[in-house]
Amino acid sequence: MQLSETVHTGFFFLAPWLVFAPVIGLLINIIFGGRFSEKVIGTVASLASGASFVVSVLLAWSVAAGHGAAVTVPFLEWIHIGSLELDWAFRVDSLSTTMMLVVSGVGTLIHIYAIGYMHEDVRFKQDPGRFRRFFVFLNLFIAMMMILVSGDSYLMLFVGWEGVGLCSFLLIGFWYEMDTLGRPSWANSNAAKKAFVTNRVGDFGFLLAAFTMFWAFGSFQFDKVFEAAPGVAPGVIVAITLFMLIGVAGKSAQIPLYVWLPDAMAGPTPVSALIHAATMVTAGVYLITRSAELYMLVPQAQYIVAMTGAITALFAATIAVGQYDIKKVLAYSTISQLGFMVAAVGMGAFVAGMFHLVTHAFFKALLFLSAGSVILGLERGHHHAERAHAHGDEHGRKKGKHTLSKASGKKEESHDEHEVFDPGDMRNMGGLRKTMPVTFWLYMIGTLALAGIVPFAGFWSKDEILLDAKLHYPAVYVLLSVAAFFTAFYMGRQVWMVFFGEPRHEAAAHAEESKPIITAPLMVLAALSLLGGALNLPFEGFHQLGHWLEYTLKEVEALPLNLQVAGISTLLALFAIFLSWLIYGRNPLRAGQPDPLKKPLGFIFTGMENKWFVDEGYFAVIINPFKKLSQFLAEVIDWRFWHDWFHETVIAGTYNWLSNTALNLYADQKGIDAFANWLGTATQSLSGALRKVQNGFVRSYALSVLLGVVLILGYLIVK
Amino acid sequence: MIPVEYYIILSAILFAIGVAGVLIRRNALIIFMSIELMLNAANLAIVAFSSVFNSFSGQVFVFFVIAVAAAEVAVGLALIVEIFKTKHSIDVDQMSSLKG
Repeated sequence: MQLSETVHTGFFFLAPWLVFAPVIGLLINIIFGGRFSEKVIGTVASLASGASFVVSVLLAWSVAAGHGAAVTVPFLEWIHIGSLELDWAFRVDSLSTTMMLVVSGVGTLIHIYAIGYMHEDVRFKQDPGRFRRFFVFLNLFIAMMMILVSGDSYLMLFVGWEGVGLCSFLLIGFWYEMDTLGRPSWANSNAAKKAFVTNRVGDFGFLLAAFTMFWAFGSFQFDKVFEAAPGVAPGVIVAITLFMLIGVAGKSAQIPLYVWLPDAMAGPTPVSALIHAATMVTAGVYLITRSAELYMLVPQAQYIVAMTGAITALFAATIAVGQYDIKKVLAYSTISQLGFMVAAVGMGAFVAGMFHLVTHAFFKALLFLSAGSVILGLERGHHHAERAHAHGDEHGRKKGKHTLSKASGKKEESHDEHEVFDPGDMRNMGGLRKTMPVTFWLYMIGTLALAGIVPFAGFWSKDEILLDAKLHYPAVYVLLSVAAFFTAFYMGRQVWMVFFGEPRHEAAAHAEESKPIITAPLMVLAALSLLGGALNLPFEGFHQLGHWLEYTLKEVEALPLNLQVAGISTLLALFAIFLSWLIYGRNPLRAGQPDPLKKPLGFIFTGMENKWFVDEGYFAVIINPFKKLSQFLAEVIDWRFWHDWFHETVIAGTYNWLSNTALNLYADQKGIDAFANWLGTATQSLSGALRKVQNGFVRSYALSVLLGVVLILGYLIVK
Repeated sequence: MIPVEYYIILSAILFAIGVAGVLIRRNALIIFMSIELMLNAANLAIVAFSSVFNSFSGQVFVFFVIAVAAAEVAVGLALIVEIFKTKHSIDVDQMSSLKG
């Protein structure tokens, strides 16, 4: 009854508009977008996402006004079979509204950014018609993500889970017929396929968890499951939680399924920021937090989750050190930070995990979008340089011309026409501090937040995770601290390489700053990265996020600031940045020079550079044997055994024998035909015999008459 | 009065001669005559029994037979004349096909 009361007092009836607003936006763009200008398309999409944000704010306000009581807003009956009742119902509580705010808030900013970014991107890729498609996909993603975070049951969550996976696939493969440099190739669509297939492995785990859950509890509904969970054997819960972990590893890019995320950088940069950094990949963290009551029952599963997260955090951080692509560094950083979050929720520090999720959404979106701005700046600089060469050096242009093609033409480098200019390669950058000052400062804020320097948002959230780890799981604490050290180091390396030193390429020298439509959303994100820590300050009287989430999560631990942990992590970060200055900042990289770490670290750096050969390992261990197996199945089992032998020899052969020999030869030819022919020949021979009697000789007829008479008379006499 | 067996025996002998003539001879005229012989053998037998049983029906039969035989001879001789016209022969063995 309290429930119905809150429904009437709050804005809960608006909950379906979380999903409908972006759906309406995408429908408008699909139906009328052809006649709209780019600005109108972008505005419609941004307004649709913004409407979702407004609804999220109203819902959060309503939850706060109702003192955090969770409200279920029934919307549609979905599947009713016997005792099974699956409905589309929205669950509005402090946890889901937190996610809604992050998704729609960051999502709207990225929509606005994308108006500027895609305007240039579609022109560099020479296909402006795809501008509309991008925003349709982006709106679809927001709708799916809203279903994911607002669903009232694991099945609704799964619907959203699959939906965002689809959007991820569509957007990674947005430029499906080219690679990231715009050359014709299937690289981007292969990256999309890789992401999708890897996620299917994870989704399989999620499905197993859901099936087990239904078998054990008879329901997918969150409350019913949590209510029944303590009464079930712990083994079942362990199975559910670990299957769920596989799903989390897929969606949130944890070991062993993280390999898709770096490749997912093939998508346009706003996609990398929105889907592959800020929102979709945190769905796994949300899932564990949502299932907190299940995980709390089984400490052994919690331990496995925490270790998975911690190892991923460290492992990915080491790879990030050896990357040259500006987005790849951020991608591995994302995996690493997701490891932090998963470790946190695994340890039971759900508030810390969610806190880091929120701040990470801010600063990683900021970093990705700034990286996008850098890439665009370099593209512009490259164009500028190319035009200058075209005027000055007619010969060079002509030489370059013969490799010009539709897709790769714009990336031609006038020095060496066979090498395509890569605007994302940090080795082509340098000195952008002067040419792109706004982006530089925004990037610095993101970097400091990610590195965990006081007072940026990342410091507070990361520190809370480290403190929890130190209190409960020392091993995780050590792993995460080392990962934090690497984090600061690779971010330092990136900043020195990109923004300091001298330009290593003429494109970098001519780089141009981005327009306000690109930088304005970045400033909002920068402010959030700077101040986001205020969401959950670890001081007495604060812990706002903790109190907020306490409505949903029972037993929240509010830890005070631990100066030892905070001091150690800050010192580590500062030392790492100093170290990166020593290596990359003091003697800036020159064009063509190998990475200075390559020599001292030797094969270790080669490992980092090549992602520890994990992809190659997967190829050797899983994919190639799998291909061999499928080839074997196709060629030997299917073709030779099944087709050639079974079908051709056994079935077709038997059939042929049956029809040719048994039925045709024996039954038909030797049976029916023979009988029919015998009838004919018998009649023939009989008539042949009778014809001899009918010889035309009168006297023989007379003889027959005589014989007949004699016979008849003889018979009459004898009788 | 001569016993009836004598007539019957004579009739049988005549009939047998007629049969033999029909079967053995190839000349159509001879065959014809043999047939007449057989008919008259039968007539002889019939009138013999007729006088034995004092019945006239036998004698009426014989008249019919003689009349029919006369008609038959008329038709048969006409056929033989026609055959002779086409084949220049009255050998019955040469008349073994319907085609003229």
